[in-house]
Amino acid sequence: MSVQIKLRKGADIKLQGVASRIKVDAPPSDVVAIKPSDFHGVIPKLILREGAKVKAGTPIFFDKENDRIKFSSPVSGEIIEIVRGARRVILEIKIKIDKTNSFEDFGTTDVTKVPVEDLKNKLLNSGLWTFIKQRPFNCIANPDDQPKAVFVSGFDSSPLAPDYDFLLEGREEDFQLGIDALAKFARNGFVNLNIPAEKVLRFNSTDLFSYTDDVGREIEVDYKTASNVAASHGAAKALQSLKNKYGKASTVFTKAKNVSLGEISGQHPAGNVGIQIHHINPVNKGEVVWTVNAQDVAMIGEFLRTGNFNAKKVIALTGSEVALPRYYSVTLGQNLESIFEGNLKESEDTPRFISGNPLTGTKVEKDGYLGAYDSQLTVLPEGNKYDLFGWAVPIQPNKFSLSRTLWSWIMPSKAYRLNTNMNGEQRAFVVTGEYEKLLPMSIFPVQLLKSCLVEDIDAMEGLGIYEIVPEDIALCEFACTSKQPAQEILQTGLDLVKKECA
Amino acid sequence: MKFLEKIVDKLEPNFEKGGKYEKWFPLFDGFATFLFTPKHTTKKGVHIRDAVDLKRTMNTVIIAMVPCLLFGIWNTGYQHYNALGLTEEFGVLDQILFGALKVIPVVIVSYVVGLGVEFGFCIAKGHPIEEGFLVSGMLIPLIVPADTPLWMVAVATIFSVVFVKEVFGGTGMNILNPALTARAFLFFAYPKQLSGDSAWVNMELPDGYSYAENGTVVLNELGQKVGQVDAIAGATQLSRFNASIGAMKDKAEELGEAVGANAQAFDAGLDKLAKKYELWESFVGVIPGSIGETSVIAILIGAGFLLHTGVGSLKIMLSGIFGAVFMTIIFNTAGLNPYMTVGPLEHLFAGGFMFGLVFMATDPVSAAQTEVGKVIYGFFIGLFCIMIRVFNPAYPEGMMLAILFMNVMAPLIDHYVIQNNIKQRLERLKLNTANH
Repeated sequence: MSVQIKLRKGADIKLQGVASRIKVDAPPSDVVAIKPSDFHGVIPKLILREGAKVKAGTPIFFDKENDRIKFSSPVSGEIIEIVRGARRVILEIKIKIDKTNSFEDFGTTDVTKVPVEDLKNKLLNSGLWTFIKQRPFNCIANPDDQPKAVFVSGFDSSPLAPDYDFLLEGREEDFQLGIDALAKFARNGFVNLNIPAEKVLRFNSTDLFSYTDDVGREIEVDYKTASNVAASHGAAKALQSLKNKYGKASTVFTKAKNVSLGEISGQHPAGNVGIQIHHINPVNKGEVVWTVNAQDVAMIGEFLRTGNFNAKKVIALTGSEVALPRYYSVTLGQNLESIFEGNLKESEDTPRFISGNPLTGTKVEKDGYLGAYDSQLTVLPEGNKYDLFGWAVPIQPNKFSLSRTLWSWIMPSKAYRLNTNMNGEQRAFVVTGEYEKLLPMSIFPVQLLKSCLVEDIDAMEGLGIYEIVPEDIALCEFACTSKQPAQEILQTGLDLVKKECA
Repeated sequence: MKFLEKIVDKLEPNFEKGGKYEKWFPLFDGFATFLFTPKHTTKKGVHIRDAVDLKRTMNTVIIAMVPCLLFGIWNTGYQHYNALGLTEEFGVLDQILFGALKVIPVVIVSYVVGLGVEFGFCIAKGHPIEEGFLVSGMLIPLIVPADTPLWMVAVATIFSVVFVKEVFGGTGMNILNPALTARAFLFFAYPKQLSGDSAWVNMELPDGYSYAENGTVVLNELGQKVGQVDAIAGATQLSRFNASIGAMKDKAEELGEAVGANAQAFDAGLDKLAKKYELWESFVGVIPGSIGETSVIAILIGAGFLLHTGVGSLKIMLSGIFGAVFMTIIFNTAGLNPYMTVGPLEHLFAGGFMFGLVFMATDPVSAAQTEVGKVIYGFFIGLFCIMIRVFNPAYPEGMMLAILFMNVMAPLIDHYVIQNNIKQRLERLKLNTANH
């Protein structure tokens, strides 16, 4: 079973600070935190209070709307603080890690034999259910639904995104177990797993690697030399060897069973699972599709194999301000200070720390905590500076535009050190056709956003709001000439539709 | 430039909420953001933003119009001296100087008046100054005759900014193209001064020169004959086309027969069509007309720039040309009057067709917004332009009315394009429920 999808719309944004293919254990942090705000739409009801002892997998709170959905501690330790904000909204639940490293035992599961209801309950009680999300709305899946399909994206195309093949290296068995379990939920009995048709090689210009030349010598080159194919025969050979090594999706995905494999070609947002669903099995009104992040599939698999909630994942530390961008093995909800500290470049600019990618991530403090669904950390320079005639000068080496009004198009392969400046002020929608070029869906994005602004639910439904979530439109927001907050507008519309219709 | 940044930082609190000059914030903000891209950073959503903004986009359009403006300045002077037969006496520099003295005041009046009205509205409503008028302010001078009295330019600009843009909510909200509406206002409010053959070329003699008694010979200070007045110099391409129908009607009347039924009358019309300007002259633009519209070469340079930067829509431009050629071919085949025999290239190069198509029809706010809609919109602009020119001699410039008409129709086109998408989605849903 295999589908091929060719996407012609979209764009890749090349930034400095791609994570090198080195995996290290993150320096341990004493405290982890669960942030209920990571779970959009969930109203937390606490089960445990400050001072309670927990094991990895002990439920701490549940969703007020659906008490079957429980959120559990990723570590063993003690709840030391519940941080509340305005109107006593719970912002963070901090857990101090103890040395016992103990787990709640949920018992191993034979995925082939277990009844679907038991499987669901096991995931719900252990807190792993929270990794299963649903379209429409991109909220945590309702366990009472039977989805028409389950989708997993095997790659991430957003700027500086981690290489999923590298994240999942050596986790074939757990990934397959997770897939087998998810396939049981889907009405069609399999999982839609999507991989890139041609993998985009992402390296920093200074990344070193070696290749064997014509006479059999090992030669070490950096990526900048290798990618300059026109320069020499050796460079072409080097790039070829690099392509052979990293240019194909890993066997974790290609050899997976119980899946319908989709091959997606195209630029960002081709890796977004919502785009893939739209082209393979679009969500109609009243239908539900579930999605799980690839790394979380493996986590579910491991849980079913061992009976323990081992809340470990690999994340990529990326961005132009990072001295050594690379992969870290971390605990969910990990405190980030130990990762950032000592790994930042000297710079005049204050850094911005982001949990997630530069398009959809959440701003965090340097001593903040990793977001529940994030596999990436990004550090960018803040752009809080004036720029004299910044709107008029046609050639600016540190600015990038997808349009050709700025001369960045003459260097298509350059990686940029973009800052967080707005590069302009918010205006009414003027330019047309801009969003449409960047959204590979049969949806009119601007008209949909306008229907969200005027809260016209009929129009939103007609224009396809059930098929789209903010991350799909993030690239449009990046490119927007009028600096509209597209993701926020869409989220407001989705919240309204969910409240009124679901 | 640090001292400028400091000045802006120091002044800003006075204009912010609660400051001394709170009311004037839009004005301050307008100047400050003209000088600097502000230091605002992303707060929600994406953390990085594209370098393009509305100022840069509008600036791109203005740059695209510069070739038309420069050519228009020279051509204004050239047409003036050419009509008086004085091109020998007054060379290129004199022509440019004359043109500049005519054109630049129009540009200044258009900008000062238009921006003044905009600033007033922004301060009254408390919304930021948007950049839309930067383009309109340049378009207005380019589409009026060089000799338009400055007060008329001012009145037309005020009319278009207030009644076409601000009452609808400002930049991005207007239905009609503001600059084109200013032209339409002039056309209908002052028809005597601004149409016909006398409007296009300035016939005032330079100091010290005088007409000889018969009024067709120009004498210099010494009383020597230096120039010969060109009697029909002021006629534009379109008025010449138009005249052919008049000539045919006159001839038919003279013969006492029904219009069109007579070959002799038809031939009389064709005679009128006899070329005053070669095709290449209208391509280069050395013909009378509105300031910026005559040179197809200058327009094409601008069009190339707009298309390269992605600011102008290729779909609208191409489908517009296609629509015009399509209509012309139908007329050529019918050939019922002399005007109908005018060929496609002559139509494309005459009057404001190219200028309108490149700079006015592509205005994203008043054009169709969907990609399919743009093709339909452009096609009908081209088609209606030729139809209005040929069928309605009272309005020689069909392009203006064609674009304004399609501006009004654009939301309707978009509506059906979008409804189609909605219908497809509904059908998919029906199919899906039928399967289960």
